[in-house]
Amino acid sequence: MQWTELIVFSALFLLVTVMGFLAARWQKGDTLEHLDEWGLGGRKFGSWITWFLVGGDLYTAYTFVAVPALMFGAGALGFYALPYTIILYPLVFLPLVRMWSVSRVHGYVTPADFVKGRYGSHWLALIIAVTGIVATMPYIALQLVGLEAVLRSMGLNGSGILGHLPLFVAFLILALYTYQSGLRAPALIAFVKDILIYLVILVAIIYLPSKFGGWGEIFNDAQAKFDATPSKTDGILLTGTNQLQYATLALGSALALFLYPHSLTGILASRGRNVIKRNMVALPAYSLLLGLLALLGFVAISAGTKPIVNQATGRPDTNTIVPELFGANFPSWFAGIAFAAIGIGALVPAAIMSIAAANLWTRNVYKEYMKKNATPAEEAKQAKLASLVVKFGAVAFIVFVDPQFSIDLQLMGGVMILQTLPAVAIALYTRWFHVYALVAGWIAGMGYGMWLLYNIGNPAIGKAHFAGSALPLGNISVFGWHPFGASTTQIYVGIVALLVNLVVAVVVTLIAKKAGWFNGTDQTDPSDYHVDEDNPRVKPIAAH
Amino acid sequence: MPSDHKTGLRWSNWNLLLILPLFMLITPWFNMDEPRIFGLPFFYWYQFLFVPLGVVCVGLVYVKTKDEPVVTGKLDKLGVDDLDEGAN
Repeated sequence: MQWTELIVFSALFLLVTVMGFLAARWQKGDTLEHLDEWGLGGRKFGSWITWFLVGGDLYTAYTFVAVPALMFGAGALGFYALPYTIILYPLVFLPLVRMWSVSRVHGYVTPADFVKGRYGSHWLALIIAVTGIVATMPYIALQLVGLEAVLRSMGLNGSGILGHLPLFVAFLILALYTYQSGLRAPALIAFVKDILIYLVILVAIIYLPSKFGGWGEIFNDAQAKFDATPSKTDGILLTGTNQLQYATLALGSALALFLYPHSLTGILASRGRNVIKRNMVALPAYSLLLGLLALLGFVAISAGTKPIVNQATGRPDTNTIVPELFGANFPSWFAGIAFAAIGIGALVPAAIMSIAAANLWTRNVYKEYMKKNATPAEEAKQAKLASLVVKFGAVAFIVFVDPQFSIDLQLMGGVMILQTLPAVAIALYTRWFHVYALVAGWIAGMGYGMWLLYNIGNPAIGKAHFAGSALPLGNISVFGWHPFGASTTQIYVGIVALLVNLVVAVVVTLIAKKAGWFNGTDQTDPSDYHVDEDNPRVKPIAAH
Repeated sequence: MPSDHKTGLRWSNWNLLLILPLFMLITPWFNMDEPRIFGLPFFYWYQFLFVPLGVVCVGLVYVKTKDEPVVTGKLDKLGVDDLDEGAN
């Protein structure tokens, strides 16, 4: 047991716990008994709060633990996290402000709310909502992996169910203050989390390389390690077969990120269009940090860091390499701060994700199918309960599924959420796609994507299915015809599934237009997509 | 109400700048070790350069399209609301 680390960690954890409970009173509206307040923090966050909140939301514990772990294990491919988070902002800059405006006019809380308003179809909205909830669950689980990695590094590495007890306690506390304070809790805690993270990374990135002979030496050590492995796809550069995978993984992940309900929650909680635009300019500060952090995976190679064996699974857990690197090379008190940064870094996104999933459940399932005339107070109550269920579902996910595959689980979620792109993102611009076509495209993309993922095996780690998201082009077959022959060039499954989705959606739309099928009722007006905060047409907050 | 144009889409040519960062996805352009800077292989520092590039592109689009109710070409024919403005 590492007492100094544990004490520093616990003190900071206690601090954010107190903040989490007090957050309910921060910038309080008239009532918390409304989704605008509990689920969107009153829809009035300014530029700074949004920067910390969205930054804390997008750059998660997954980032701090799994990206360097991927660099450590696979080399250059893990660096996709940098292009991913750079191209993200130019891609979403225009659609996000449209989404904010239309949501503000009609009081939408979730992306599925928008789809329902745009197409007048609660079934399409249900599909979007369920996809969002299912894709978010492994993402929350991934945050737990980050949290558990630091807990195990501090010596809380028990075996069996007991080994997960610290994680359970941490999550119970999180669940309670999220229940009470809603989105205001992670918004307030994000300040602490991000300041700690910036501090830790900057110190690590300045101090550690000099300790191991400079970057040149570190990259040479990494190259030597990858040369010695039998795998042909690792190395400090990309290889012939994984360059397409690198680019499509970055692109697919960037397209997927703001389709996740939790990212949109942060955007809808902001006060106005300019707040969002300013953040699209300022958020890449985190990307820079993420790129630097990724390089710590190579530093760990030079430092000879060994991943610790997870007592619950009996295998080395590469997600522990960053905590181990910090633990071995920093004084205990600073390692404690670093652990707390990662641990709190898990709590912020986990809270926002569970709120987003709860909003989806409440707005698009509960209110739609179970209690049509639910009052705002009943909605808020239902969402609070749902957030508890979602969190404990995620804990169960971690206890019963091997945490080693956290990245792949998240990539599976990424493939799923990408399939909502036509109904959510393209619909912001045009209603050209027919509602039936969107459903058909979703079914095709989802089915094909999951089937492809199922068939990806990796004999090296003894997995026959769901062993990754890199698909050799040669494996793609169109009813037995292999358009790419036996090519071993790899591509990200999500992009392939999205293309299938779009092709099916286009074909069905053409058929529907020919047949003259009714395409639902559009509740939105073209001018809704440009309304700003000062416009009299915005819907009053927390009113019905 | 100047911000209430009856149009679905607004376009500014500045928006084209948003395409520029996407060029970093063309991996053959930078998948090489040399030249190194501070020991960092080209592959890494080249991609780091896209962080400021992305910020400049998005920042320019933000500043240049601020408060600009740009309307597409065919909407030169003013809507009824716009024509009414003079009368109010």
